[in-house]
Amino acid sequence: MFEYAPAPESRAVVDIKPSYGLFVDGAFVDPADGASFKTINPASEEVLSEVAEAGPADVDRAVAAAREAYDKVWSRMPGRDRAKYLYRIARIIQERGRELAVLESLDNGKPIRESRDVDIPLVAAHFFYYAGWADKLSHAGFGPAPRPLGVAAQVIPWNFPLLMLAWKIAPALAAGNTVVLKPAETTPLTALLFAEICQQADLPPGVVNIVTGAGETGRALVEHAGVDKIAFTGSTEVGKAIARSVAGSRKKVTLELGGKAANVVFEDAPIDQAVEGIVNGIFFNQGHVCCAGSRLLVQESVYEPVLASLKRRMARLRVGDPLDKNTDIGAINSAAQLERIRTLSDIGGEEGAERWSPPCDLPEHGFWFAPTIFTGVTQAHRIAREEIFGPVLSVLTFRTPAEAVEKANNTPYGLSAGVWTDKGSRILWMADRLRAGVVWANTFNKFDPTSPFGGYKESGYGREGGRHGLEAYLDV
Amino acid sequence: MLGTRSIKTTAKAWAIDLAIRMVDLTTLEGADTPGKVRALCAKARRPDPADPTCPPVAAICVYPAMVPVATEALAGSGIHTASVATAFPSGQAPLEVKLADTKAAVAAGADEIDMVINRGAFLSGRYLEVYEEIAAVKQACGPAHLKVILETGELSTYDNVRRASWIGMLAGGDFIKTSTGKVPVAATLPVTLVMLEAVRDFRDLTGRQVGVKPAGGIRTTKDAIKYLVLVNETAGDDWLDPDWFRFGASTLLNDLLMQRTKLTTGVYAGPDYFTLD
Amino acid sequence: MSDARVAVRKTYKLFIGGKFPRSESGRSYIAQDANVALASRKDVRDAVVAARAAVKGWSGATAYNRGQILYRVAEMLEGRRDQFIGLGLPAAEVDEAIDRWVWYAGWSDKISQVYGGANPVAGPYFNLSSPEPTGVVGLVTPPSFLGLVSVIAPAIVTGNTVIALAAHDAPLAAVTLAEVLATSDLPGGVVNVLTGDPAETAPWLAAHMDVNAIDLAGVTDQALATSLEEAAAGNLKRVIRPPASTPNWSDDPGLARMTAFLETKTVWHPKGI
Repeated sequence: MFEYAPAPESRAVVDIKPSYGLFVDGAFVDPADGASFKTINPASEEVLSEVAEAGPADVDRAVAAAREAYDKVWSRMPGRDRAKYLYRIARIIQERGRELAVLESLDNGKPIRESRDVDIPLVAAHFFYYAGWADKLSHAGFGPAPRPLGVAAQVIPWNFPLLMLAWKIAPALAAGNTVVLKPAETTPLTALLFAEICQQADLPPGVVNIVTGAGETGRALVEHAGVDKIAFTGSTEVGKAIARSVAGSRKKVTLELGGKAANVVFEDAPIDQAVEGIVNGIFFNQGHVCCAGSRLLVQESVYEPVLASLKRRMARLRVGDPLDKNTDIGAINSAAQLERIRTLSDIGGEEGAERWSPPCDLPEHGFWFAPTIFTGVTQAHRIAREEIFGPVLSVLTFRTPAEAVEKANNTPYGLSAGVWTDKGSRILWMADRLRAGVVWANTFNKFDPTSPFGGYKESGYGREGGRHGLEAYLDV
Repeated sequence: MLGTRSIKTTAKAWAIDLAIRMVDLTTLEGADTPGKVRALCAKARRPDPADPTCPPVAAICVYPAMVPVATEALAGSGIHTASVATAFPSGQAPLEVKLADTKAAVAAGADEIDMVINRGAFLSGRYLEVYEEIAAVKQACGPAHLKVILETGELSTYDNVRRASWIGMLAGGDFIKTSTGKVPVAATLPVTLVMLEAVRDFRDLTGRQVGVKPAGGIRTTKDAIKYLVLVNETAGDDWLDPDWFRFGASTLLNDLLMQRTKLTTGVYAGPDYFTLD
Repeated sequence: MSDARVAVRKTYKLFIGGKFPRSESGRSYIAQDANVALASRKDVRDAVVAARAAVKGWSGATAYNRGQILYRVAEMLEGRRDQFIGLGLPAAEVDEAIDRWVWYAGWSDKISQVYGGANPVAGPYFNLSSPEPTGVVGLVTPPSFLGLVSVIAPAIVTGNTVIALAAHDAPLAAVTLAEVLATSDLPGGVVNVLTGDPAETAPWLAAHMDVNAIDLAGVTDQALATSLEEAAAGNLKRVIRPPASTPNWSDDPGLARMTAFLETKTVWHPKGI
């Protein structure tokens, strides 16, 4: 047997401090009540660092700093100078790319191949793209002199920590807003390194503030009377709570929430290519992807060959050390998330779906879940309706294009969808009918700063990326 | 010194037309199809469809399998059909295969055969074997003209080029040709100079005139004219004729046409105005 | 003995295909107290060949990559700021020129978002219009350094390649800019710079059948402008006429210099099962 020797990326490039304060007004400060929490490496359960937990007083302070920076500096600065700061940040991210990638994999558990080749390059590209808009807002189609909103409260999830930060901060700053951002409590480290990058770029104090903490910190931030704009990426449940909490206020809101995307494979699709897309659709980032293709809809006439090919391919996936350059599937981000995946998977079995995973040795420590598919799933199963947010695929079948559309749309979500067919006209016919914010055809999980991303229905509202992404941060 | 003449106006126009008439328009690809060869033949007949005064080329050069297509497409035009043969380009096949290859090409209608010499034998010093093989192929050609490809890029030294030239001529070759176009080093001016000196001396000695064909890597009008100056000043007038000097080329033709147009219109031409076949 | 060091002077050469040759004509002239190459029609010809060869790679590069390279030009120009000031240019103009590169760098991946889009045709068809570069563009550039940057950058950011004829009496900044471009990861041939007398070289450029467009920004002689436009009609080049009056290059450049050298391609595709 050809056993690949471990090929780990070096950790030496990263210097993790034993503890981190909050980043407020350009400096790291201790929280008012001295509270803190630990962030761990989900692949080993080793404690990486101790991070300050922001309380209401700290959020107050951060919002005040952002307000002052907005009033006195950032909103008055010519767009071309804001652009230069953002370009600086983009360049520093490129220069410190490997450091950020290793830190991201350590704190999040995602394979280094993904953090190195997908997350971090996209982060730099996002800042680069929005830097270019900062001096071109009058050409963006929102009127001759669009105004920023003010202070933006931004709360981001743990699945793509730095990338979600980039999606929030880059357009906000380009449009002239200042921000207070709360990273997820399990993945705060790259956001804190980003704070250092802001210092390195000589970004004026208060323009970017980072407050670490859990749900309570997030709630204090979005409910703060001093913020003009809320941008949230996370669960639909919290999204709805935010939408309720801003009722009656003047706060502008964009929400990027859950999904249960259908990945539709027609009989004329090239099967091996489609299987690569299915695997990428659900196992990319351990399935911790809101737009993951978690419902596979296969045309009945090709069900057997697609399944056989999919299982053969899954047996080749390598689960293990996120820092190993050969790893395909890394660690589940937290014990709580692992528990949720296990619970929903068990329900899938109890409800009669057939569960299959390839033989797979999982490490002793850390949080792991083998890539899993359920066959014999129907629209009535909970695993076909609820977002599992893990490496678990539900396989359903259909007979006609109309039935595929009906099943694909039969969900409260509407973030993304996939279509696999050799027929161009059918791709476009499907795209017209799918109620989803992104439709990938003969590809999946593709992201680009120029391309708007966001959901229909309960997957949220507003778009991030592209020209449309500016609208969320302009008074239009 | 040679090749640095400044050729202008009427001399340039004359040289360009002569060069066009000397082109062996070549396609030697695994991907060749009858459609591709027919298109090339149409181009050979009328290189510039917009200008009836533009002369046709000398020959089409193809693989044996494409000879019937080319012969049919060129019928009545006076343009020759040249076929490579003898296990082109390596020549690494038994002699009977090489002879059968040659005979099949002639039977299919080729009136010129471009053979490759046995470089393996040549570089091991088995010159007689090289000679006898050429003589045998010459016999297999029957009425067709024989061009002997020396593959000078593999012979390395000028002494080898001179020696191979003489073997080719003594064995009965009607033309000596530099290259297959399939190895990195193809035609160069110094190698062609050596070969021109050889045909000049051979005629002085035997009274028989042998032609020369540089092939591969000649892409611009400037290059082609340098070769013509070399012919003029080395071998002489008698060789400035498509019967005695040829260019093995594909992209050269369009550059010749662009320069021809530049002389007529007074402005620089663009490739969109010439056919790509 | 004097302590004064004897300076090493720079030779100002042409910029063709990423290299710095002298004029093939072997000629030079004196401008701004230096010997500068006096380009000939054959240098124009060579520059067009270089520009054409560069079209495929440059227009095929991703917009992101082109944007990064234009931004790199700004970085390199910032580093050589003093060198341009040393040529007698006002610091403010050099700074403005640096910022102009930054401004255009950002347009690489945005121009199609404001200048293209989906068309709601009355039928079951996907229909999308996107801008594409026109190809090889000739530029008769103005004597202002900011003006020079303001005609080169918009032409290349969208994927065109250019032959820039430097102003006769102000060629040094153009050659020095070429040195910046040569060290900015810009592929050879994307920008070619010819010094000399545009009155001699521009007619060859305007009449060249392998040039797709021409910008007459630096032409002040109305008769020459007319004859260049007439020559450009030979293959229907896209033409930007000279400005009606001396332009203020520090004004907002708008989109016109980019869109003038873009073609719009509309793709139709049926929708149906």
